[in-house]
Amino acid sequence: MPLLMVRDLTVQLEGQSIIQGLTFELETGEILSILGPNGAGKTVLLKALLNLIPYSGEIAWQQGVRLGYVPQKIDADRHLPLTYRDLCVSKCRIVKMPVTEIDPIARSVGLTDEMLKTPVGHLSGGQFQRGLIGFALIGKPNVLLLDEPTSSLDEPGEEHIYELIHRLQDQYQLAVITVSHDLSFVYRHATRVLCLNRRALCMGGPQEALTAEVLEQLYGPSYSYYRHDHVGTAGDSK
Amino acid sequence: MTAATSFSIILALLTAVATGLVGSFALMKRMSLAGDVISHIALPGLGLALLLHFNPLLGAAATLFLGTLLIWRLQSGGTLTTDVAIGVIFTAALAVGTLLTPSEDLIEALFGGFQSLTLMSFSLGVLAVIAVTTFLYVSRHKLVLSMFSPELAAATGVNVSRLNLYYLLIFSLTVLLGLRFLGALLVGALIIIPAATGRQLTHTLTRFLIASSVASLVSVGIGFAINRFYSQLTIGSVTLNLSLGPAIISVATLLFLLSFLKRKT
Repeated sequence: MPLLMVRDLTVQLEGQSIIQGLTFELETGEILSILGPNGAGKTVLLKALLNLIPYSGEIAWQQGVRLGYVPQKIDADRHLPLTYRDLCVSKCRIVKMPVTEIDPIARSVGLTDEMLKTPVGHLSGGQFQRGLIGFALIGKPNVLLLDEPTSSLDEPGEEHIYELIHRLQDQYQLAVITVSHDLSFVYRHATRVLCLNRRALCMGGPQEALTAEVLEQLYGPSYSYYRHDHVGTAGDSK
Repeated sequence: MTAATSFSIILALLTAVATGLVGSFALMKRMSLAGDVISHIALPGLGLALLLHFNPLLGAAATLFLGTLLIWRLQSGGTLTTDVAIGVIFTAALAVGTLLTPSEDLIEALFGGFQSLTLMSFSLGVLAVIAVTTFLYVSRHKLVLSMFSPELAAATGVNVSRLNLYYLLIFSLTVLLGLRFLGALLVGALIIIPAATGRQLTHTLTRFLIASSVASLVSVGIGFAINRFYSQLTIGSVTLNLSLGPAIISVATLLFLLSFLKRKT
């Protein structure tokens, strides 16, 4: 059985149809990038995969799958008297993992001891994002779901986060499902692409699936040129 | 001091610890306004019970319980109207409660006062404090995650909606405990103000919870002492009426203001 099997998934929220009849599969160890314009249902798809919202159709995960989730943004109160370690300890207690797991995970996402002791509201955007990824890794997930992990970062920060994700994928043998606008990441690391606009517009390896027509359908005409640049870059780096 | 008086003071101090802890979580859940006004909904029940001559706390418990379910429904709905609904429902509760409460009892119902306690009431009160602190201790990790991000908590396997309901019920139980000596208008303040002081002084969870409880405990302790030894204070031609509820909340507010002088630890 594949890692994930989605059959005829339909999600309606407040009477509005967000995703219609979506079907796809994912194998162990793959990196799936979900692309699509705003309002295409990308976040909703992740939430359905996490079983956080009601849906119809079938979502079947392989037995023994543990999911780690990195949400798009957290509207946390900057004055919360909570350190990053407080949050991690709470998650460890809930998922019944020893708190000794926190330090190695924090190191693997590049957070120092000092940052662990910092109130979450005082972490920089990049540190916070790394923190969220580390938080998702508590409980030994084998699938990581990320919702636009770089939306709040500047470009160098973006690059670092994607490198981090790729390194963690190797280190922890993770399958990764990520909503991403960054086509260079998609071409370089994704093994599969799902183009979404309420229904699937494309599915497959990035080179085959992302045709000029599909990109135009997703983002408008200007993106078809963008693709050619990155195909070149991806080829050079091989 | 008679046993009944000691019972009353001891239970008030225990209640202070409970309000400090419940308030810390209320502040983190950003429900300080809702929390502050939740207590108003006790007033119609209190008034009705006084009017019909049965135990006022039973009446208050009944309307608080209904109010809690109502707020929970509003929260779960996640609609924009929550603020409006809270504004309308709680001021309406205050108005109706004031209409129902016999006028000779009104001041005490709104602002509290000193009451001696029977052993029975004292024991029930202590049980309620134990219930509140035990719930918060057992659920603290789930509460922390759900207030940081309900979505992350749900993804971690926490039933956020059920947890919210339990928390609101515990909140109402704490209101009920404080109602006796602080009244419907002021009990919310002993939940919110000491927690605000605690947050001002600390930035880790454990210290925050301790600081809030201590601020609450000190407010109630000093408030009781002021009320006992200087129930009236005459300065020149002005006589201040230092009744219990207002004295406690004034001390709590003073501590909050003083907390701005100190740096976080």
